[in-house]
Amino acid sequence: MKLTLNIWRQKTPSDAGHMERHELSDVSPDMSFLEMLDVLNEHLQVEGKDPVAFDHDCREGICGMCSLVINGTAHGPMKATTTCQLHMRSFKDGDTVDIEPFRAKAFPVVKDLTVDRSSFDRINEAGGFVSVNTGGAPDANALPIGKVEADKAMDAAACIGCGACVAACPNASAMLFVSAKIGHLAHLPQGQPERARRALNLVSTMDAEGFGNCRNYYECEAVCPKEIPIDFIAEMNRDWRSSVLKGGS
Amino acid sequence: MELNSGIPGGPLADKWDKHRFEMKLVNPANKRKFSVIMVGSGLAGGSAAATLAELGYDVHCFCFQDSPRRAHSIAAQGGINSAKNYQNDGDSVHRLFYDTVKGGDFRSREANVYRLAQVSTNIIDQCAAQGVPFAREYGGQLANRSFGGAQVSRTFYARGQTGQQLLLGCYNALSRQIGLGNVKMHTRSEMLDVVVVDGKARGIITRDLVSGKIERHVADAVVLGTGGYSNVFYLSTNAKGCNVTAAWRAHKRGAGFANPCYTQIHPTCIPVAGDHQSKLTLMSESLRNDGRVWVPKESGDKRAPHDIPESDRDYYLERKYPSFGNLAPRDIASRSAKEACDNGLGVGPGGRGVFLDFRDAIQRVGDEAISQRYGNLFDMYQRITDENPYKVPMRIYPAPHYSMGGLWVDYNLMSTVPGLHVIGEANFSDHGANRLGASALMQGLADGYFVLPYTIGHYFATHKPEPVSTDHPEFKRVEAEVHERIKRLTSASGKRTPDSFHRELGRLMWNNVGMARTEASCKEALEKIPQIREEFWRDVKVVGGHSEMNMALEQAGRVADFLEFAETMAHDALTRDESCGGHFREEHQSPDGEAKRNDDDFCHATVWEHRGEGEAPKEHREQLDFENVQLATRSYK
Repeated sequence: MKLTLNIWRQKTPSDAGHMERHELSDVSPDMSFLEMLDVLNEHLQVEGKDPVAFDHDCREGICGMCSLVINGTAHGPMKATTTCQLHMRSFKDGDTVDIEPFRAKAFPVVKDLTVDRSSFDRINEAGGFVSVNTGGAPDANALPIGKVEADKAMDAAACIGCGACVAACPNASAMLFVSAKIGHLAHLPQGQPERARRALNLVSTMDAEGFGNCRNYYECEAVCPKEIPIDFIAEMNRDWRSSVLKGGS
Repeated sequence: MELNSGIPGGPLADKWDKHRFEMKLVNPANKRKFSVIMVGSGLAGGSAAATLAELGYDVHCFCFQDSPRRAHSIAAQGGINSAKNYQNDGDSVHRLFYDTVKGGDFRSREANVYRLAQVSTNIIDQCAAQGVPFAREYGGQLANRSFGGAQVSRTFYARGQTGQQLLLGCYNALSRQIGLGNVKMHTRSEMLDVVVVDGKARGIITRDLVSGKIERHVADAVVLGTGGYSNVFYLSTNAKGCNVTAAWRAHKRGAGFANPCYTQIHPTCIPVAGDHQSKLTLMSESLRNDGRVWVPKESGDKRAPHDIPESDRDYYLERKYPSFGNLAPRDIASRSAKEACDNGLGVGPGGRGVFLDFRDAIQRVGDEAISQRYGNLFDMYQRITDENPYKVPMRIYPAPHYSMGGLWVDYNLMSTVPGLHVIGEANFSDHGANRLGASALMQGLADGYFVLPYTIGHYFATHKPEPVSTDHPEFKRVEAEVHERIKRLTSASGKRTPDSFHRELGRLMWNNVGMARTEASCKEALEKIPQIREEFWRDVKVVGGHSEMNMALEQAGRVADFLEFAETMAHDALTRDESCGGHFREEHQSPDGEAKRNDDDFCHATVWEHRGEGEAPKEHREQLDFENVQLATRSYK
C-alpha cells in the first residue's frame, strides 16, 4: 500500500509546530499503525532526519501509553481499539492520513506526537485510592461482594488512562477518566469510607489542572478503547453533589 | 565474588518466621533518615516503593515511562496464584511450594519458594483491601481458574487484565504516598548506571528523557525492579521499552548475574505475520482451560480446520500428557508445538503455528459463556489476525515471554553488591528453570509488599551507611563515563539504525539460543555476537542530539547493552550442559523428547562475574540443596 502522511512536528513545547508531509510506499495491511510509523522512522533515520517522536510501550492495548489523533479521531477509526492495535487493513491504498497529538491545555506537547499526561497522575494522587497500608488486611473472602457490583467496579477499572476521552472532547474534559476512577471504588465496599472526599478531591484537582467541563457530547465514550460507559459521569456528578451538600465528609 | 545465600536454618516452614524475628529493626522515628532509590514502578517496584514509604523511609522512585502506571506488569492477562484453598480442592502452602519447585525443574532455591508460597495468601488479602476488582461468584466470594502445571484451581483473576488491576492497586498505593510527599516520583527518567562507594551501592546516574539532562541521585540503598531481558530476542511479548540496561549496568559494577540462559518461551502467542513485526502478542494461558491444542495428522493437509474430522487431528498435548493435557507447563507445551512444526505439521503462513480450538467448549457452554471468560482476548486476536476465533480455531506459536534468570540475590533479596537489592523478574531466585503461569505477579508483589520491606531494614540496621553526597568523586567519575558513552553514540556516523542491529541480534539469539540450543549453536552465537557488536559501533547511526528528547538515542543505548549481555547469556547456555525447564539442549533429551536433567553436575545456579569487555565472564556456583523435596524427573503424563 501507498500512503500520504501528514504528521504534526514540533521540536519543543514552545515551538509553534507544523504539519509535515511524507509519502510511504512499503505499507503492508498486516502492519499495526505504530509499525507503519516504525517503517517511516527507519527511512527518516537512514536519511539523517529526526524520527517522529511518539509514545508507545506494550503494543497490546493495555498500558495506555500510545495516543495519536488519526484523521481527526483519537486512536483512529476502529471502535474500542488503541492506536497500537489498529492495523493498516483499516486503510486503503492511496489514502491520506493526518496524524496529530492528543490536544488539550492540560496535555502540553513535549515533542511531535508526544504529550505530557502527568495531570492524570496528579488527579489520582488527590485521592484515587483506598487509604490502606500494606499488612493486616482481613481475609479476602471475609467481605463478600456480589458479582453484579463487582462487575460494575471492573467496568470502570478497565480504564487504561490513555487520555483519548480528553482528546476527543470539544471542552477537553477529563470527566470520563475521573468518573472511571471514582466509579471503580464507589462500587466496592472498600471504597465507601472515603467516597465523599474522593469525589470532591478528584474533581477539584481535575478543574485545577485545566480540564474542561462535560457538555454531554458523548465523544469520550465513542473513542474510549475500553468502552467505559458515560453512565459513570452521571454517578460521579451524583457523588460530587451529595459530598458538597454534606460538607465534604 | 562471594555467594552466601544466607538461608536461615531450621525447618522449612519456620524459616521466614524465624528470620523475621532475627532481623534487626529500624526504629520508626529513624526510618525517615534512610533513603531508598527504587528503579522501576511495576508490581515489584511500585509495591515496594509504596510499602517502604508507608513504613517511613525516604523513597525516590524512577521509571522510564510517562507514568508509573504504564510498567509492563500491566500486560499480564491470566491471573495470580495463591495458596488460599478457597476451592477446597486440596491446595496448601506446601502444595504451591512443591508445584513451583517442580515446575521450575528443580533449579530454584527451596527456602525462597516456600516463603513465596507462604506470603501468597497475604497478597490476595492486601489486593482485595485496596479494591482490586477480582472476579467473583454470585455469592460474593472470589472466583478461581486453573493454570498450567497445577491440578488445583488457585488462580485469582480480573477478566483478562489481572496485571493491570494489580498494578493499579499498587499504583494507587504509590499515588497516595506521592501525594503525601513520602515518595518523590521521577517519570521519563532512565537509569544508566549504579554508583558504588566504598563497596556499597549508593546511588544511580539517570538521563531525563525529556531534557536529556544527566543527573546524579544518592541514597542509602538502591533497589532494582527493572524486569526481564526477553527483548534480547527482539521479538517477544515484552513491551518495546523493556530492556536489560539497569541489570547489565549493575552487573558491570559487581552484581553477579545468575542463570541468564533461563528464558521462558510462552506457548500461546499469535504467530509472526511478517518482517515488519515489532513485537509478539500473548494470548493468555487461561485459554488452555477451554481451548484444545491440535495439528492435522497429515503434513500438508489443506482443508479448512473445521473440515478436518476428529480422526485426522492430533491433540498432541492430550495424547502425550493425559493427566495435565492442554494445561501442561509452558516449557513442555512450547517444545511440543515446535516439535509438531519441525515435523511439518504446522499450520498457517510459513507453517509455524498450531491450532487452539474452542469449538468443543463453545458447543458445551455457548458463545456467551466463552465471551464472558475470554471476550477481550478473542477481540484482540481478531483485531490482529483478522480472523474470528468463535468460528475458526486460533493459530498460536511460542514466543519469548519471561526471563527466570536475573541478578543473583541472597535470601534478603540483596545482590553481591551490598546495598543493591533486586526484586521481581529482575532477580533470579524463585522460578528455577521454568516459571509456572500466574506466578510472576505473585513473585513481584511478594517481593515488594512482604519481603523487601523487612529485609532492607535489616540492611540499614546492620550496615549503617555513612553520609555520602553527589559531589563524591565516584559520582563524578561514573557520570563522566555515562557522558562519554552517550557522546560515543551520538557522534557515531554510520549508516544503520539501532533497530536494524537489534533485529539482527534477535534473529541470532532466537535461532541459536532460543527454544532449543546445542553446543554448536551456542558456540556460533558466541562467535557472531562480538561481530555484530563491533559492526554496531562502527556502523550505527544515531540521529539527533543528547540534550533533547531523542528516542533513537534511548534505543541505541539499550541495544548496545543487549549486545554485551547476549554474550553472557550464550556463554551460560553453553556452560549448562544439560536440559532443564526452559533451557533445552538438544543433546540432552529422553527418547520421547523430554528434557533430561543432570543433577550430579548441574544442581546449582550459575552466577557470572563480569571481568571486562571482550573477556569471558568468570563462573561461580551456588549449590542448590533440596532437603524437603525429592529430585525427580518431572512428569506431567
